[in-house]
Amino acid sequence: MSKLNVDIKPVRDIISKFGDGQDSNLIAILQQSQDAYGYLPKTALKEISRLTDIPLTRIFGVVTFYSQFALIPRGKHAIKVCSGTACHVKGADDVKQKMKDILNVGEGETTPDYQFTLETVACIGTCFLAPVMMIDERYFGKLTADKASDIVQKYSEKTQE
Amino acid sequence: MLKSLKSYDDLVAMRTLCEEKLKLDKVKVYICMTGCRALGAEEVYGEFKRQLDEQNLKDKVEIIETGCQGLCARAPVITIDPPGVFYGRVTVDIVPEIISSTVVNDQVINKLCYVEAGKRIPYLKDIPFYSKQKKVVLRNCGIIDPNNIEQYIARKGYESIAKALFSFTPEDIINEVKDSGLRGRGGAGFPTGTKWEFCRKAKGDTKYIICNADEGDPGAFMDRAVLEGDPHAVIEGMLVAAFAIGSGKGFIYVRAEYPIAINHLERAIAQARQLNLLGDNILGSGFNFDLEIKKGAGAFVCGEETALIASIEGKRGMPRPRPPFPANSGLWGKPTNINNVETLANIPIIILNGSESYKQYGTKNGTGTKIFALAGKVKNTGLVEVPMGTTLREIIFDIGGGIPGRRQFKAAQMGGPSGGCVPAEHLDLPIDYETVKEVGAIMGSGGLIVMDSDTSMVEIAKYFMGFCHDESCGKCVPCRIGTKRMLETLTKINGGNGLKDDIEDLKEMAYVTQTASLCGLGQTAPNPVLSTIRYFMNEYEELIK
Repeated sequence: MSKLNVDIKPVRDIISKFGDGQDSNLIAILQQSQDAYGYLPKTALKEISRLTDIPLTRIFGVVTFYSQFALIPRGKHAIKVCSGTACHVKGADDVKQKMKDILNVGEGETTPDYQFTLETVACIGTCFLAPVMMIDERYFGKLTADKASDIVQKYSEKTQE
Repeated sequence: MLKSLKSYDDLVAMRTLCEEKLKLDKVKVYICMTGCRALGAEEVYGEFKRQLDEQNLKDKVEIIETGCQGLCARAPVITIDPPGVFYGRVTVDIVPEIISSTVVNDQVINKLCYVEAGKRIPYLKDIPFYSKQKKVVLRNCGIIDPNNIEQYIARKGYESIAKALFSFTPEDIINEVKDSGLRGRGGAGFPTGTKWEFCRKAKGDTKYIICNADEGDPGAFMDRAVLEGDPHAVIEGMLVAAFAIGSGKGFIYVRAEYPIAINHLERAIAQARQLNLLGDNILGSGFNFDLEIKKGAGAFVCGEETALIASIEGKRGMPRPRPPFPANSGLWGKPTNINNVETLANIPIIILNGSESYKQYGTKNGTGTKIFALAGKVKNTGLVEVPMGTTLREIIFDIGGGIPGRRQFKAAQMGGPSGGCVPAEHLDLPIDYETVKEVGAIMGSGGLIVMDSDTSMVEIAKYFMGFCHDESCGKCVPCRIGTKRMLETLTKINGGNGLKDDIEDLKEMAYVTQTASLCGLGQTAPNPVLSTIRYFMNEYEELIK
């Protein structure tokens, strides 16, 4: 992953959309940049700083404060296993362990083929179907370790096709 | 394309048209397309559409995509009216049979019906889960299509803001909300009308309204359901608040983890703008107000109002000392009023029917109703709205259907990481802000997690402390270090390595963290520990000896 490979055009396009008030839109700029790149490359952050006049230190402070932002490349799909209270009392740990086992990664890590990043989230507001997980923006409920494993399996098959 | 409404008369005319559309003689199939998506609601919806097309039934049957219908444990759920049956665990395979039997012939399919105490209950109105609730805030949720503003307007939507603009002064509105006794539903329970009055009286021409939709408590999904199921009620609540305070600009700060809620809000705002219910010269009244969505980036502490303001400003979401309160100096230093989603969703009904009617439900200290997110070891997990003052027993056993299997009820966790565990001895306590506090929990935003005899209370205390430790922003020492040290001690006890003095140490650390922390996160972080020590000391002692 050489720095030279990062195209800064997406960042420029994103910032130009915001016009005035870039300062208060920093989080939205970062969110959209992360959507474009899958993570926040250093080159992109420097470009954001240059174009918005926001010091890089402040940008870095914001990026490291919010759990949504990543400074290293992430997988194509984000698997978010919920560890909220309801999921916790209904066996979320088993689901989490199974994910770690089949993907062979730890929490916050990405598979070597960059297909999946495994994350845990505090709660995704789907407690009524606990335990639950999200893959990208899709919710899956009433999981068991095996059911969760089947779902991820289907995603890997799709990607390989 | 929706036509802009230029006057109050335009709104009334539109409502008449919308009402007629709803009254059309069709069988209506209500399909939950929000929470139930996690178990395949989209596929069921697709199959219904396909079948109705194929069978040429589109003139006789209407499918309505709704928000949460409440009884989430049976997901995916649908309601068919007439005849008013409620079906759960609906699969794609059974859709043709539903159409041929129930939709066309009014016949009930037994295996899809709700069962309680061995008895099948086909009709929604007879199911205790529904008949024992009182839906005021959720009056539209699960009934209207949240992405269709016409259905909201047909049910008296935007009548409250029209009433406010043309028949009331801002002071009248504030007095009405004060009279209603409405208190903040986000957790702290501060009187809403008084909060508005502070902001109205604050000096400054530019004022802001913020809707706090950063529902981060693990175990809470009330706000998600309201935003997904009835977004216009929140927008209308914000409009009324803005008129009362004298604000022209509002923000909705919503978690990025709620993509469906964000999508429904975006669509609702776009439709309201088309109808001139947001923007300049609303309904020809001369009042201007517009709204913007700000997406959170995954920090629980941003539910705290000063942290939330910092986050909207594009900064690290860290709280600051108060005063000055946001009512005087909030967003960009301007007077700012922040209310929670459920609080705002209460407003249209208060203005529409008046404060006297609103007060018919609830207790003296807590008027109106409260939505609870019922989850954990309970049969009917889902979304429940009851009058304030309802007992935990009624919620968990009458509405919730009790504990599954042969296990016993042990405790109800209320208020998430800021709350506590309420044991069986308090099941008959009428719930309002003060009573819950007395027994060591807090009303919080309404998360209610049921725990049975299998749940270890020490482990739960450790779980919540782990959460607060992760989410502490690190700005003030008592919270940053206090949560860490308490977590270490709890981990030690839970692992069987605790010492006798650990309990006293925990209590002391809890006291310091409570009293010296900067914001609510640290001040309430020890609550789960203290409440489990108070009611389940035996479990600590068993692990320590």
